[in-house]
Amino acid sequence: MELLWDIVISALLVIGGIFGFVGSLGLVKLPDPMTRLHAPTKSATLGVGAILIASMLWFATKQGHITLHELMVTVFIFLTAPITAHFISKANIFRDWPAETLPEPAGEGEWAVHQADADTSEGELAVKKETEAAREED
Amino acid sequence: MIRKFLPHPYLTLTLILVWLLLANAYTLNSLVFAVLVGLVIPWVTAPYWPARPRIANPLKIIEYVGVVIWDIIVANITVARIVLFMPNRDLHPAWVVVPLDLVTPEAITVLAGTITMTPGTLTAELAADGHSLLVHCLHAPDADAVRDEIKTRYEARLKEIFE
Repeated sequence: MELLWDIVISALLVIGGIFGFVGSLGLVKLPDPMTRLHAPTKSATLGVGAILIASMLWFATKQGHITLHELMVTVFIFLTAPITAHFISKANIFRDWPAETLPEPAGEGEWAVHQADADTSEGELAVKKETEAAREED
Repeated sequence: MIRKFLPHPYLTLTLILVWLLLANAYTLNSLVFAVLVGLVIPWVTAPYWPARPRIANPLKIIEYVGVVIWDIIVANITVARIVLFMPNRDLHPAWVVVPLDLVTPEAITVLAGTITMTPGTLTAELAADGHSLLVHCLHAPDADAVRDEIKTRYEARLKEIFE
């Protein structure tokens, strides 16, 4: 049993290492800033995930207590990675991709970085009014 | 009355759970503090969260999380393969416009996050009117197929959950 857990934990650590490496390699190898963003947002999350699962298993099987810290780390990575990527790509679009090089959005207006008075909160306000009306009915 | 002191019950529950997990100690002591945190933070930040997201179908969340976790694993293997074995000249990066049927900001945020975490796609930008997403694909010979997959696989499910 001991040996089996050792093998599983080591395998997870190796998988984590490989994906971490691929994420970093992608940063060097891919041709431009937009494609480079893909490598760390995906490969690195699975790499970190595998290492965290290994950590949970190690504590559960070797130390005899269950830790759930690691789940929080995973959740925080899943929450922050897309937002970071979104901000980096926004900055990149603002610098290197003028409006005419991008496809047109489906609705009216431009993409948010190219429209100086962009206000996406309009839809939000409509929803707010709706919920307030629903509240008053309650 | 309850709404005033407990503006976001889901947020309160989440905060209690997160605090307990962070403290990593399941004692009465940390539970008391967790409840305190869970009550005070939603109350103090209530002005920034005017609307309460409506969750029409909570059971669907489990299915959605399962689908997304599976896709994240597949995404990693796909991207790893592209990074390791595909020469840059064979790469076809593409922009894809995804028109949105979703209207609530929470649902759009979840969709945008999901797109970033899943195979070869990344949410790059939101339209100024909030009705379409600009998605960048790492390798997409067929851009329309990518858009249709996003709409059927994720957006349809989110619509059931949030609206």
